[in-house]
Amino acid sequence: MTETFDYSLIDWSRGQFALTAMYHWIFVPLTLGLGFIMAIMETIYVRTGNPEWKRITKFWMTIFGINFAIGVATGIILEFEFGTNWSNYSWFVGDIFGAPLAIEGIMAFFIESTFIAVMFFGWNKVSKKFHLISTWLVAFGASLSALWILVANAWMQMPVGMKFNPDTARNEMAHFWDVLFSPMAVSKFTHTISSSYMLAALVVIGISSWFLLKKRHLVFAKRSIVVAAVFGLVTSLFTILTGDYSAKVIARHQPMKFAAFEGLYVGQRGAPLVAIGVVSSTPEDPNNENIKDFVFKLEIPNFLSYMAFQDFNAFIPGVKDLMEGNEEHGIPSAAEKITRGKLAIDALAEYKTAKEAGDEVKLTEAKEILDQNFQYFGYGYFVDDPSRLVPNVPLTFYSFHLMVALGMWFLVFFAIVLLLVYKGKISRSKFWLTIGIVNIPLAYIASQSGWVTAEMGRQPWVIQDLMPTMTAVSRLDTNAVITTFILFAVIFTTLLIAELRIMFKQIKLGPKQEGGH
Amino acid sequence: MKKKNIFLRIFSFYYEGFRSMTVGRTLWAIILIKLFVMFVILKIFFFPNFLKSNFDNDEDRSKHVIEQLTNPK
Repeated sequence: MTETFDYSLIDWSRGQFALTAMYHWIFVPLTLGLGFIMAIMETIYVRTGNPEWKRITKFWMTIFGINFAIGVATGIILEFEFGTNWSNYSWFVGDIFGAPLAIEGIMAFFIESTFIAVMFFGWNKVSKKFHLISTWLVAFGASLSALWILVANAWMQMPVGMKFNPDTARNEMAHFWDVLFSPMAVSKFTHTISSSYMLAALVVIGISSWFLLKKRHLVFAKRSIVVAAVFGLVTSLFTILTGDYSAKVIARHQPMKFAAFEGLYVGQRGAPLVAIGVVSSTPEDPNNENIKDFVFKLEIPNFLSYMAFQDFNAFIPGVKDLMEGNEEHGIPSAAEKITRGKLAIDALAEYKTAKEAGDEVKLTEAKEILDQNFQYFGYGYFVDDPSRLVPNVPLTFYSFHLMVALGMWFLVFFAIVLLLVYKGKISRSKFWLTIGIVNIPLAYIASQSGWVTAEMGRQPWVIQDLMPTMTAVSRLDTNAVITTFILFAVIFTTLLIAELRIMFKQIKLGPKQEGGH
Repeated sequence: MKKKNIFLRIFSFYYEGFRSMTVGRTLWAIILIKLFVMFVILKIFFFPNFLKSNFDNDEDRSKHVIEQLTNPK
């Protein structure tokens, strides 16, 4: 069945979505994290009454405002794409997406039109406490706003709490709380926001490091570094903990993605964690170009098993176990899932025919077969080419390891910065201040790598096990998709250049001198 | 002194806030241009809703998606 799809259209549609999502994600994490950093700074100002803290808060608020203004509404493009390029998917997800996105839209509107206005316009017009509450509400509101879109994304990775309606071909929300509190939603939300907080801390340290290297606004820069480093250290620890929880959830619910994280082809008990590795360019399996061995790897024995199941001898299925099946460990083969998926697809077709003919007996039979096999519905599209069930292992492996390595590095960096602050050496440590600046692009690379890992690792699924990317896409003219891809590349690059220019200008100007509240 | 009406106070809060903006003016200009490009140009000319523009009602949309799912071409 896979041979019936136009892969050029699918690849361009995916590329277009990836481009817009990745550009959108340039703006989001800084907004999420900087909100809390400036709220902490303002809290110190309100508690101490020291006008220097107000000056510090207002400078970071300006940076927040620039990032927020340039990034606002860039996510709406993704919703346009759902309706135009991913119409089958949009229809199929039904109201699962509708409810969270509607809540997000309403929350974002109220938060943005009220508390952000108080935060920017309210200095000297509302009381200190009310202003501070508004700043905290902006910070919490931004994260809560992110919650809903992350819940929707988590549902795609682990569809729960819904019932498929064969009359409408839509999934209907059956258990809202199951959707909201699924382990995937909890892990995705906590890991995404904590890593965003860490990114913001790195941006604050990086910019402050530049001031220290230029020997400008020294008090401002040092105080900003202290707040950001403490915030960064706490959130990086939280990021590691939530990342560990995410890995456990993925090991249970997306085992193919988990195998791809580690380039694990053959499952084993006491599986080692590949700390560093280089994937070979030579195919190990000539029937599947995605399966490749390592040229070099440095492993931590048994650690992958422990990470996934808190048991050093637990069995971790590899790509081959998931494709060929493993009776001993109760893992069905891809062929079995494909057969059941095909049964489900045929049952849906039969259901439609029986409904049109008014044949109640066949209708009931078809519904029964569909319900029994629906969990494997998407596998039915891989009859001709099961190898497409394997994600791009090298890309998933590298993006995952890059994210983890950078995350660990940032934890060490925050600790070093705090140590230098404690010893009173931070403003003289040119090396570490330069590293602080270099960490800004690294933080964005880590953040984007996280999404590449999550989204490439789950391929070929747009909805895990139920809908592959190829059936989700609208049958449009490929050239039209290429046109909008180029259009978006131009628009978003222009926005990014605008953001960087305005931000660099404001950073060069530095914090303004002004009095207290 | 008599306090101003609540709505007038809210209006003047926003009015004075916008008037006293510096970098905010540039940002608002960018936001408005961006929203215009997104909603007036992109949405209308490049991103019509595929199912809404090609089918009149939900029943036809359902039939189309079922056809796509069961007989993809």
